Amino acid sequence: MSALLQIKDLQVQFQTIEGTVHAVNGISYDLDKGQTLGIVGESGCGKSVSVLSVMGLIPEPPGEITKGEVIYRGKDLLKMDKKEIRKIRGKEIAMVFQDPMTSLNPVLTIGRQLSEAQILHLKISKEEATSRSIELLNIVGIPKPEERLGEYPHQFSGGMRQRVMIAMALSCQPSILIADEPTTALDVTIQAQIVELTKKLRDQMDMAVIWITHDLAVIAELADRIIVMYAGFIVEETDIFQLFENPLHPYTLSLLKSIPRVDKRIDERLATISGYPPNNLIMPPGCSFAPRCSHHIDRCWVEVPKLKNVGSNHQIACWVDVTTGKEL
Amino acid sequence: MNDRQVLVQVKELKKYFPITQGILFQREVGAVKAVDEISFDIYKGETLGLVGESGCGKTTTGRTILQLYRPTSGNILFDNVELVTASSKKLRNMRKRMQMIFQDPYASLNSRWTVSRIVSEPLRVHNLHSGEDRTKRVEELLDMVSISAQCLNRYPHEFSGGQRQRIGIARALASEPEFIVCDEPISALDVSIQAQVVNLLEELQDHLGLTYLFIAHDLSMVRHICNRVAVMYLGVLVELTDRDELFSNPLHPYTKALLSAVPIPDPKITRSRKRVVLEGDPPSPANPPAGCRFHPRCPIATEQCKREVPEWRELKPRHWVACWKA
Repeated sequence: MSALLQIKDLQVQFQTIEGTVHAVNGISYDLDKGQTLGIVGESGCGKSVSVLSVMGLIPEPPGEITKGEVIYRGKDLLKMDKKEIRKIRGKEIAMVFQDPMTSLNPVLTIGRQLSEAQILHLKISKEEATSRSIELLNIVGIPKPEERLGEYPHQFSGGMRQRVMIAMALSCQPSILIADEPTTALDVTIQAQIVELTKKLRDQMDMAVIWITHDLAVIAELADRIIVMYAGFIVEETDIFQLFENPLHPYTLSLLKSIPRVDKRIDERLATISGYPPNNLIMPPGCSFAPRCSHHIDRCWVEVPKLKNVGSNHQIACWVDVTTGKEL
Repeated sequence: MNDRQVLVQVKELKKYFPITQGILFQREVGAVKAVDEISFDIYKGETLGLVGESGCGKTTTGRTILQLYRPTSGNILFDNVELVTASSKKLRNMRKRMQMIFQDPYASLNSRWTVSRIVSEPLRVHNLHSGEDRTKRVEELLDMVSISAQCLNRYPHEFSGGQRQRIGIARALASEPEFIVCDEPISALDVSIQAQVVNLLEELQDHLGLTYLFIAHDLSMVRHICNRVAVMYLGVLVELTDRDELFSNPLHPYTKALLSAVPIPDPKITRSRKRVVLEGDPPSPANPPAGCRFHPRCPIATEQCKREVPEWRELKPRHWVACWKA
């Protein structure tokens, strides 16, 4: 079975006054039908940029997709013109953004915003769109949907707004839902609601999900596969259980050690990753993580490690075997 | 900590923010009851965690303790000195001893000031050290937070979020305070930087004998750093006890729900546990529900909960809770 979405060697750069920002540096991954893929990384690691390019949402200039292909159902999305991609964006691939406050239009009613995509993509009447919108709000758990359709975004709480965003994304029954830090701005109790809702809808609609987050704990709840990104590179990719049981990239390893857990008490100091995340303006000749890595060897400074297999279904981009400290 | 000395006493603290209407002649039409009668003590040398959802009044509590907001009513005793009625001169003297670290390291440093000016401001305000001594003190402070003294004349925009938070910490330490309110000091930072800053706060506490009020919504971090934890909901305290007791034996249904909502970074555990998912959002603090404020979302609420405000009681030694059913 071929993948639903294939990203091949994607490279994205931004031209700024300070120089070229290497946001995404040649990453490749597949997404299968019905699969949930988690992309984890810190701010600036390229996780959002990589999916914005899929949607054709990179502002050009300053951004530029310098290399790569995004194959969806056999077609390269990057080669499509604006008209073609509009038929896919919002219909077959839909997106939920981090901040539900800024991604809804404050001067239009929720009902209007919900029906917009449906009228456009499904070619249905306004009345039909309204009745579908009521059903959608019901599905995402908004009480009294008939009344709330006429309300404006400011009349909704943060969690409710994110539900509206999800309803909007689902309105045309997409085959892929991209969620870019959808719960980062929300409280934990509301985050739990949104995670449960996404799981339920994903299973009912057999939808593939790309869930972008910086929070390893959230992704543990719902992903099948996981990609860890650092400085625009994929550093580790494997299935979710493998990643937490047997992380092999030094970055993933130290990240997992540095986060405290609510179910366990840690009495000693937390493990830390020294230094600060890179700025992506300068491309070092070697591994971007080397300056912060406690396992580095000479080769790490001179040559960029390629993603390679280290087990069935497990890839890392690293020169070192962390279990022995020797070169892989 | 057997011989526990109280450093800060909060007694029946209330902070209401007026809601006004009218253009020229503003009249009060109501109040947001951000903090509605809470009482607790903070012991010398401890880290007390204050947790709750956004809008529950935890930041307001922290700021009111430091008198950045004047309380609507209630008392705050710092080392047995009443702050609420203190004269401004006396208050200024007390302020030396209590400081704050803010959530957003991008908004809490003046972008037009150099690091040296930012960190030395508390020294200027309180007339501490002068001339060469002051520069030395600033260098010493930056050294404590691992910022190189070469950065003295740089501006905040030249630093990353984690470094800025360190500068904010150095500023808070300048006047040699005993008590620091840490208002979500790590929630704006990257995951790999959070542990660095938390460890720094712990080290400083060990060396300088600091007392922290640690305001946070990340319960995993609270479990790591705090000795005791207070849980707030809609302006009131619902539970307060020692760290281990709270996490292993929570008594209030809200605490239970909050704990079960926190994701665990382990797919096997997190997918197999049973979860209490709370319905809906917290109500508005301008018009809180009658009786127990949590009753509309509580899975075990009874008629009594709808009518009567639950008493804040010490159900077990050192375990306080406000719930009729606990």
